[in-house]
Amino acid sequence: MQLYLPIADIPVNVFLILAMGAAVGFVSGMFGIGGGFLMTPLLIFVGIAPAVAVASVASHIAASSFSGALSYWRRRAIDPALALVLLSGGIVGTGLGVWTFTLLRSLGQLDLLIALSYVILLSSVGGLMFWEGLRAILRARRGVASLARRSGSHGWIHGLPLKMRFKRSKIYLSVIPVIVVGLIIGFIGAIMGIGGGFILIPIMIYLLRVPTSTVIGTSMVLTLVTMVIATMLHAVTNHLVDAVLALILMVGGVTGAQFGARAGQKIRGEHLRLLLGLLILAVGIRFAIELGIRPDELFTVRETGGAG
Amino acid sequence: MIARTSLAAVVLALALGAGFTASPAQAERLIVSVSNHRVTVTPNYSGEELVLFGSVEKDASTPATRTSYDLVVTVSGPRADMVTRRKERKLGIWINTDSREFLKVPAYLALFSNRPFDAIASPEVTRRQQLGLNNVLLTQRVGPDYADVVPNDPFRSAFVRLRSQHGLYREETSAVTFLTPTLFRTGIPLPGEVPIGTYDVEIKLFSDGALVTKTDTAFEIVKVGFEQFVANSARNNGFAYGLATAFMALMTGWMASIVFRKD
Repeated sequence: MQLYLPIADIPVNVFLILAMGAAVGFVSGMFGIGGGFLMTPLLIFVGIAPAVAVASVASHIAASSFSGALSYWRRRAIDPALALVLLSGGIVGTGLGVWTFTLLRSLGQLDLLIALSYVILLSSVGGLMFWEGLRAILRARRGVASLARRSGSHGWIHGLPLKMRFKRSKIYLSVIPVIVVGLIIGFIGAIMGIGGGFILIPIMIYLLRVPTSTVIGTSMVLTLVTMVIATMLHAVTNHLVDAVLALILMVGGVTGAQFGARAGQKIRGEHLRLLLGLLILAVGIRFAIELGIRPDELFTVRETGGAG
Repeated sequence: MIARTSLAAVVLALALGAGFTASPAQAERLIVSVSNHRVTVTPNYSGEELVLFGSVEKDASTPATRTSYDLVVTVSGPRADMVTRRKERKLGIWINTDSREFLKVPAYLALFSNRPFDAIASPEVTRRQQLGLNNVLLTQRVGPDYADVVPNDPFRSAFVRLRSQHGLYREETSAVTFLTPTLFRTGIPLPGEVPIGTYDVEIKLFSDGALVTKTDTAFEIVKVGFEQFVANSARNNGFAYGLATAFMALMTGWMASIVFRKD
């Protein structure tokens, strides 16, 4: 069934978009991430203008992270205090990111910067997660009990001042690194058009030592708020949010996310990390190949306005 | 068939003498009509084909020896600035290096004729009358200069090729059919991603390699109903639109968590 998208100005197959939304939703529910880093390239591949894709995906991520956050909230798997501190940095970071985005666009070569940051970020994060998951699995297979959290080994991060007790996560931590992490995620998210959950979760686990019980729910709150802000900013500044496209993606996405979340609970943590690492690595490598291999078509045409 | 009823209507209109446009003081007059002057883009719009009908009207001053005609139809859509970029290998990666800006070029451009352009007229005439995609003026900005370049310029040919791949630029030298020696028709295919706006249709009549007369008509492609409402509100009330979209996202998320709630 063909449907004409009012902002993207092209007809699309509703079931294709719905299926894409559901597939990405499944992945996002399974790993507790927004899935923007998968959705945006997919939409561009279908023929939707990159700017419209980025802007519309923001609202799609908002929907799926809200539905996820609600179910995590019911299971008391969100640390409200931690989420608030993260948000204070995240909001500032998003604002800074949008400002930088506009600046870079006026200088040209924004596409290259986006592609390069996808390659660097996705390959390194994906590679690390894959490696970590692999090691954990090998350790488990050798029969060695996985190392318990080394509560004694406080790094320099844990020596910072302004400490605060995050009750639900049962950690005692300085607010400075939390705010900085929120800031960085907000900034990266605005530039790359992603929620940032896949970077945030490892940082929270490995750097801030947030227990896995609260990490996904809490990161979803940050994703939710930054993506709602991003939707608003894109709608006000560029008028590029396609509500019809967003709605189809959302419906597919939230449905897929429910099944993904259930599937995720059945898989063991280290397997989950291995899979997610592989997925992220694959997207990163795809971007790298695109940069490194001679493209079939060396030319691109883009409308720059001045219509009429 | 829509085409057949349109043909009947046009023939009737011609019989009643209800012509649209004509160039005076010439031996021939062209009378044309498009099957639909207002194409509406609805939710299930996925492209359409218009039909252009016309007739060559002769009068007393028409040379009796003139029997065969050639016809070239040029359809040009709303104009916009477009940039064509070329990737080059720098430090092992392919990046956009060089670019050319095409100024106020048609977003849709189609040329139809009854036989190849070089058979219709001499190279000089085809160039002057902009017959064929190679001869249509596409203004480029090269540094501080504004000019069109030779047809085999890499940027120009890449631009035409890419637009053609999307069906937005086309050239068909057998699309115009003469139903009788003076009655002709041609289809105007509009792909799904056709831009909205006003489309100019220019019809040029040639005989013995020379332009005899020309006329033009137009049609418009508009969004209606829900599509237009969404597009307008996005453009004019960005804040409210963003708020509504964000609210829609939250509602969808909330509803999903209710629907799929297990406990």
